[in-house]
Amino acid sequence: MQSAKEIISFQNVAKNYRGGNDAVEDINITINEGEFVCLIGTSGSGKTTTMRMINRMIEPSRGKIIFKGKNLKTFDPVRLRRTIGYVIQNNGLMPHMTIKDNITLVPKLLKWQQDKMDRKAKELIKLADLPESYLDRYPAELSGGQQQRIGVVRALAADQDIILMDEPFGALDPITRDDLQDLVKNLQEELGKTIIFVTHDMDEALKLATHIVIMDSGHVIQDDTPDNILQHPGNDFVKELLGEERLLQAQQNTLSVSDIMSKNPAKITLGQSLAEAIREMSYRHVDTLLVTDDNNKLKGFIDLETINDRYSKYSNVSDIYKPNRFKVKTTSYLRDTSERILKQGYKYVPVIDNDNNLIGIVTRASLVNIIYDAIWGKEELDNPENIKLPDTIAKESDNA
Amino acid sequence: MITFLNQHGSELIIKTWEQIYISAFAIILGIIVAVPLGILLTRYDKTAKYVMSISGMLQTIPSLALLALMIPVFGIGKVPAIVALFIYSLLPILRNTYIGMKKVNANLIDAARGLGMTTMQSIFKVEIPMSMPIIMSGIRLSTVYVISWSTLASYIGAGGLGDFIFNGLNLYNPSLIIGGTIPVTILAILADYLLGIFEKKVTPKTKRSEV
Repeated sequence: MQSAKEIISFQNVAKNYRGGNDAVEDINITINEGEFVCLIGTSGSGKTTTMRMINRMIEPSRGKIIFKGKNLKTFDPVRLRRTIGYVIQNNGLMPHMTIKDNITLVPKLLKWQQDKMDRKAKELIKLADLPESYLDRYPAELSGGQQQRIGVVRALAADQDIILMDEPFGALDPITRDDLQDLVKNLQEELGKTIIFVTHDMDEALKLATHIVIMDSGHVIQDDTPDNILQHPGNDFVKELLGEERLLQAQQNTLSVSDIMSKNPAKITLGQSLAEAIREMSYRHVDTLLVTDDNNKLKGFIDLETINDRYSKYSNVSDIYKPNRFKVKTTSYLRDTSERILKQGYKYVPVIDNDNNLIGIVTRASLVNIIYDAIWGKEELDNPENIKLPDTIAKESDNA
Repeated sequence: MITFLNQHGSELIIKTWEQIYISAFAIILGIIVAVPLGILLTRYDKTAKYVMSISGMLQTIPSLALLALMIPVFGIGKVPAIVALFIYSLLPILRNTYIGMKKVNANLIDAARGLGMTTMQSIFKVEIPMSMPIIMSGIRLSTVYVISWSTLASYIGAGGLGDFIFNGLNLYNPSLIIGGTIPVTILAILADYLLGIFEKKVTPKTKRSEV
């Protein structure tokens, strides 16, 4: 899905200020095209310093940065910055310029034709989901969220393919922030922009990032995908940053199908007769049987309706079974499977191994435990007898 | 008052013109030197401290003494007066320019730089427009000072409305003193008013004009 073309790589980069300790040290990060990278850490962790080295707002003291295959130092800083979008907290819009002049600030520096800039301004105000009439307004006449929308689209005005964002939504209210997060996620997913995003908000990072770099006191602590970080937090610092609740939830999310499947699915082999199938159904109290061949390879399924319709004409399972539309491997994540079952209305999903051998089945019933677990926590599930339902639930079930 | 105008009318016009000429010359020189210097100083913080205190010291020299000090160097007449008044005009303009530039939101300068403006572009397109109100108030302050102080320039033979006042003092003639003072006051108020209009023009808008 993503081309793994490397676009920026930090090689043993360090920055120290005169007379001070190293602001950052031993930074080795590789950023691929189209990634959404979140640099996350507490204040003073060096995340902003690291980001600002990419457009040469800060020069590394040691090490080097490779940008699009060449040493970053060979790029002229001013021209480089015009090719990299830049969004800062508190939007950084010029109060004395209209929205249009703000949006076309970089194109103007690049001396674009006026009509090309006009077109770009209209295109971007649309992307920001604001009416065209706003182009003639001044930033002070817009709300904080609207201003930051302009701040974000301004970073695209000269078709920049990399965008740096320094805690861009820190000062916004939660609803506005949510909207803007969707906007930037869209830029990355639909327009294929590479985004490097500094934040201290883990929820934000987990929502947006395809690649998270956790930093603390100038060092990279962990550099991985959000899933991997949730599953294998590198150390206690990361665990603390993630918080217990998220880790528990992540565990639910990263349970594999084999953890919850029932290992003894109701099944029947191709060669058996329909009479045997019905007997098996009534014995197991199910309306559907999975069909395998003699080597336990999954072939399909057979349900009560089909048998009922065709019982008079056919006598063998092999005559009327249907192939399964959907099956999962044992190693699949449960969250994808449960979504299919719960949202798309599948009653069950057969589980197979890599050789198509039938291993088990996940049914709606097996999901109940998981959902219960997610809602009431894990410990209680270990001793189901001791579970005390909250009063409201208990009452509701009485009424029912 | 009519008799005063009959007696001194033509002289009054000439003296007023001299007053304007001396003050304007000093102020324009002051702007030409102090504004760029103030901007330059924002890039050299350490030097800025020294320059500010030196120009502050110059400001404390009594004005009459400063004018007198000009005589050995420039002789008498308009030139020493203009030089002395120029020195006075420096500090308010310099300090306001420096402070105005320093007070520009660091976020904006960071954004300007991050978007790819050169230092010059950042100064001319962002920093100067944003600090215009403060720079202009320094210029207005200087202008009012210089106009009123330039009456003293008459003391070293530069002419101007100060001639009336000094003659009036010497001849015990109150009408001459008043006749010299009122035009100076009017000049100062008028200059301030005109600069106020100019300030509005050069201060960039941050809102659409009310319709």
